[in-house]
Amino acid sequence: MRIEFRLPSLGADMESATLTEWLKQPGDRFAHGEPIVTVETTKGLIDVEAYQDGQIADLVVAPGTKVPVGAVLAHLTVADSDQTAAPVSSGAGVAPPQATEAGEPIASAGPVEAPPASTSTVTATPPPATGRARLSPAARRRAEELGLSPASLEQAGPATILHVADVERLAAARSAAAGGSAAPADPRAAMRAAIGAAMARAKREIPHYYLGLDVDYGAARDWLARTNARVPVQERLIDAVLITKAIALAAARIDGFNGAFRDGRFEPAHAVHAGVAIALRGGGLVAPALLDADRKDLPALMRDFSALVTRVRAGRMRSGEFSAATITVTSLGAEGADVLYPIINPPQVAIVGAGAIREQPAVRDGQIAIRPILTLALAADHRVTDGRAGSRFLRAIADLLQHPDKL
Amino acid sequence: MIDPVLPGADSARTPPPAPVRLSYRDAVREALRAALRADPRVFLMGEDVGRYGGSYAVSKGLLEEFGPERIRDTPLSESAFVGAGIGAALGGLRPIVEIMTVNFSLLALDQIMNNAASYCHMSGGQLAVGLVIRLATGAGRQLAAQHSHSLEGWYAHIPGLRIVVPATIDDARFMLAAALACPDPVLLFEHAALYNAEGDLTPGLAAVDIDHAAVRRPGHDATVITYGGSLPKCLAAAASLAAGGIEVEVLDLRTLRPLDDAAIVASVRRTRRAVIVDEGWRSGSLAAEVTTRIVEQAFYDLEAPVERVCTAEVPIPYAKHLEDAALPSPERIVDAVRRVVGGDGSG
Repeated sequence: MRIEFRLPSLGADMESATLTEWLKQPGDRFAHGEPIVTVETTKGLIDVEAYQDGQIADLVVAPGTKVPVGAVLAHLTVADSDQTAAPVSSGAGVAPPQATEAGEPIASAGPVEAPPASTSTVTATPPPATGRARLSPAARRRAEELGLSPASLEQAGPATILHVADVERLAAARSAAAGGSAAPADPRAAMRAAIGAAMARAKREIPHYYLGLDVDYGAARDWLARTNARVPVQERLIDAVLITKAIALAAARIDGFNGAFRDGRFEPAHAVHAGVAIALRGGGLVAPALLDADRKDLPALMRDFSALVTRVRAGRMRSGEFSAATITVTSLGAEGADVLYPIINPPQVAIVGAGAIREQPAVRDGQIAIRPILTLALAADHRVTDGRAGSRFLRAIADLLQHPDKL
Repeated sequence: MIDPVLPGADSARTPPPAPVRLSYRDAVREALRAALRADPRVFLMGEDVGRYGGSYAVSKGLLEEFGPERIRDTPLSESAFVGAGIGAALGGLRPIVEIMTVNFSLLALDQIMNNAASYCHMSGGQLAVGLVIRLATGAGRQLAAQHSHSLEGWYAHIPGLRIVVPATIDDARFMLAAALACPDPVLLFEHAALYNAEGDLTPGLAAVDIDHAAVRRPGHDATVITYGGSLPKCLAAAASLAAGGIEVEVLDLRTLRPLDDAAIVASVRRTRRAVIVDEGWRSGSLAAEVTTRIVEQAFYDLEAPVERVCTAEVPIPYAKHLEDAALPSPERIVDAVRRVVGGDGSG
């Protein structure tokens, strides 16, 4: 079966990307998870991975071309089971590419099967042949509220109908792009604008609530010291991995913190992919995911974490790591503030901020003792959970950190 | 004009002290009985309502209980007995006139429209026609074209009338009292396919209004707007859609004139998508009126075109398979909802 391979949305703030390199050529076979193409976004270079096994039929977009999210990048030949090559995020069925002549392959792998039957449309009326976007009346009004002229959306050129959710996503991306265009030569400004757009959307749409808990980190610290003394330097564990594992396990056990809020409802995730906020040299921040963080043992998680940081700082990330996170952990490290009140990364519903671990007086067995204290701050989505569940979640993390040998 | 008596229709009996579960037919009979007991000015008049017990067995037993003065069989002359009802109302009585099916009411259209609906206006408010006309409506029972049409949408066109459509056991039991309390002529439509439907009377309920629509099932993905005999079909469609993850809100209009615009618009603003289900014909229908009001008042809230599920534009066929094919069905309602919700269900 021949299918379309589209540019996925790699975050709420992403509107478009520039194709930099094809990693596969027509005729090449690829496996699920294998990178196919590299694109450049405001977050840097990202390798977009295949979502199933298959073979490249033809390439549609040439390197150097900027294309919107949802654009067809290539046609793939895959087994007859799955329908789509890329997960179309909500409303991402947006756009054929404008920059290239849509549908004209730039390279082809000999004969290919007939194109797929056209997908069903919302109404029996075919879209107008002008190629301009059709907005639902509600989407049109929302666009006006957001200061987007319908005409500018029409120039985006989709053949489908834009709904409210599409307009909101485009608006967030536009405001990010507008921030970047003030200083187009400065990628840091573009990234700052993208972060700003995503966080503004989070603060605007998500009713955050915040809970804090001081955790006695003594048991974890002592266990980490003993464990690290026995292993070579390159295998030593760091606090962030221990804390991330505890959070991932708690997220798997306590409902309502691991997943996404889409289309007015919470969709719990089956696996825990813990997004970890990583600061970039030169400024900016990304939060790619440690996949299956609750199921991997600590050495494996540490290896993944090191590899992730290396790739991110080198500016090479993988699409799966970007779109996959189901909850995020953010930590300021030893020199940071005592408490970090984070902002949820949409469409996720929870984020845990870990402050600096510091010595401070604490009451233990009726005595004042000097203990290493870690303050965890949870920001969670009130549309999904409330403070009681949030407290259970934080206490579960704290309990897990009392038995680090079981993590 | 002979209509079949339903086999197995309820025999006369004293009302149970606290009826919990009862049929729509029982509920209408209880409403009549309560009205007749509550006000000596109330009487019931129509073809076969007395000795025969009503063509749908609604008034069975009432003649024995209330006597021929108050349960009056009439000749087969709709214009005459509706006119008599108007006269009785003007004279201070509270008549309930039964017309066997809405198709036959066309013989009395002159009385209903030129007289009942007009007197208050033409007399400068001096003449109030406090008349209630009960009519069976709707298809689905193989009674063929002359006994099966849904013309309530036509009557909803006429100023001066109030059109009410009980679709539930509660409304069947209590809408009549509200209609009798209304100073204007009220046409109360009972869908023939509902008479055998059973349900629980809401405990403690003593009255309902005839002003407001009611949400019969809450939902957020689309609003299905309906009334009368189509309500059970819409609820069945909603249950089947819910199994597929689509939660529709089902709004029962209850009163077709005046329409409860506020309830319609509020629900559509929430869901942004609307499907109207109306057993009337599509062209020039009540469904068209509701659609227009949505477009007039909630256009900028819509995410998709409004869909209508109506009856095929043919005289209702006699043959069972053709009749079924002509009428709105849960399957057609499900299809229409899927069209307005679209493939992605977003937004």
